[in-house]
Amino acid sequence: MSAETLAPAAPVKIVLRGRKVVGGCAEGEAIVTRDTISGWGGINERDGTVIERRHELRGQSFKDKILVFPGAKGSSGWSAYFHMARLNGAAPRAMIFNKMTTKIALGAVVAHAPAMTDLEQDPLTIIETGDWVKVDADNGVVEITKRPKEGSA
Amino acid sequence: MKLTDHEKSMLDGTQGRAKARAMDLLVRYGEALGAERLVETNNVAGAFNASTPSVRELAKKGFDAVYSELNLDSSEVVEVPRMVANTCQLITGIDNEQWRIQGIPEDLALQQKRGEEFFGSRGINMFATCTPYQVGNVPVKGEHCAWMESSAVVYCNSVLGARTNTEGKESTGAAALTGRIPYWGYHIPDNRHGTHLVDIAVDVDDIMDWGLLGYYLGEIIDDEIPVLTGRWHQPDLIKLKHFGAAAASSGGVEMYHIPGVTPEARSIEEAFGGNRIKATVRYGEAERRIAYDNLNCATDRGVDFVMLGCPHNSIDQVWLIASLLDGRKISASTQLWVHTPRALREVADRNGYTKMITEAGGFVMSDTCPAISRHMPKGTRVVATDSAKQAHYLPAITGVSAWFGSVRDCVEAAITGRWSGGLQ
Repeated sequence: MSAETLAPAAPVKIVLRGRKVVGGCAEGEAIVTRDTISGWGGINERDGTVIERRHELRGQSFKDKILVFPGAKGSSGWSAYFHMARLNGAAPRAMIFNKMTTKIALGAVVAHAPAMTDLEQDPLTIIETGDWVKVDADNGVVEITKRPKEGSA
Repeated sequence: MKLTDHEKSMLDGTQGRAKARAMDLLVRYGEALGAERLVETNNVAGAFNASTPSVRELAKKGFDAVYSELNLDSSEVVEVPRMVANTCQLITGIDNEQWRIQGIPEDLALQQKRGEEFFGSRGINMFATCTPYQVGNVPVKGEHCAWMESSAVVYCNSVLGARTNTEGKESTGAAALTGRIPYWGYHIPDNRHGTHLVDIAVDVDDIMDWGLLGYYLGEIIDDEIPVLTGRWHQPDLIKLKHFGAAAASSGGVEMYHIPGVTPEARSIEEAFGGNRIKATVRYGEAERRIAYDNLNCATDRGVDFVMLGCPHNSIDQVWLIASLLDGRKISASTQLWVHTPRALREVADRNGYTKMITEAGGFVMSDTCPAISRHMPKGTRVVATDSAKQAHYLPAITGVSAWFGSVRDCVEAAITGRWSGGLQ
């Protein structure tokens, strides 16, 4: 039997190193956006959906997902809204972002979710929505399992 | 992170559990940022109010529990001592006097008042405004602050030359009890220089135009530091209050320079401080139109609600509105709320401005705003406002559609019930 014709392709795994922001380890399905996110006035803290008008993720929830995004913007209520999302069970499981700010640092701390930044390659170009991502912040490692492309089997 | 002996003694609990939990949060936060140390602060502006429905359950356990969870990120309930730093309360969700007009349930209004008694007795000054710099907290150049409220932060850094990052509910709670905040970002002089040159090719003079410029720049520049050149005209407190609030809503602008006006930039060269200019942003007629169109999401010209006073109006703005309304009546189908800090409301009452506005059928509100409280007149579908910040947030938070224009456009809409504003 010819392996090259019958064996399914092994899922593509990518490993990236980066800096720990908040320790811990979590994995889940990625939700990725190229738009920065507002906390207060940008998310619904009861269910984790993005509510900002003209936002790429409007109407979608990051609850229990690995949130991959450029960074935070807007009101200083950023941390308070991610804090309340955590108390309501609607926080993301982990966060990966590019640009460090006080809003996102404090927000990640009070969300009690593992968080990383300064990845060796831009996570926004490597990770796509639906990929399975493990964030091992304690060891500074992000492991990405690409979602199989439709029609590529 | 390097801690002093005093900071270590707070962290290890020698100075009580509340300070231990506060230092624990500051250390976790500082390490997340990558800060090397903390800096002393004696000027904290935060959010200690307990005025939202989601705080109800927590408030039943008492205000020590509220402060521990929401202001210190501590699941351990600690007894809250007096504040160490000078500390004030920013905007809240409830007008203490006119909560019925807002449509706030009585139990929440009482919860906020009980919370204020508790936090007031610990030394938190109840300014209850997004503009503490209008009512007595005016930091001096170089002063290290720990402020929340994006519109106040950008004013503090840019116009006053004091130093603060955009802090949050938890970091200000910890700073108030310890007199410390991470030495990072805008506390460090080298991080305060300009990054982008803005070439203003249209006249920017009135409040509406400063708002449009800010709204456009926030979206383009995000959280970098613009330096304004070109056809701006001498601004004042009101115009810069609007400009900064707009830039901090569409983006994350926390600092800007206007050479010759703001204190850290006598010239363009000084504004950049040797930084390479990352990009030049042109602001002309087309860009002004983009900002205007992005802010105006309404199509229905029937206006249910006119919101003025975001950031909270100065007394001069209240006087302008009172003058425009004098002897006229607002439409039966429209409500008008004018927002100003409680301390300025006192002046408005004394001067008779409040009477002029209420006789026309409007209300003068304090302590809150519709975006923060999520309360507007019942049935509001279309709102008109002179605030880019409010026009940005209200549709997202409450689902209404918004018209943005000048204060005159807004007062006319209140009187006729119809939007007739536009870009001149």
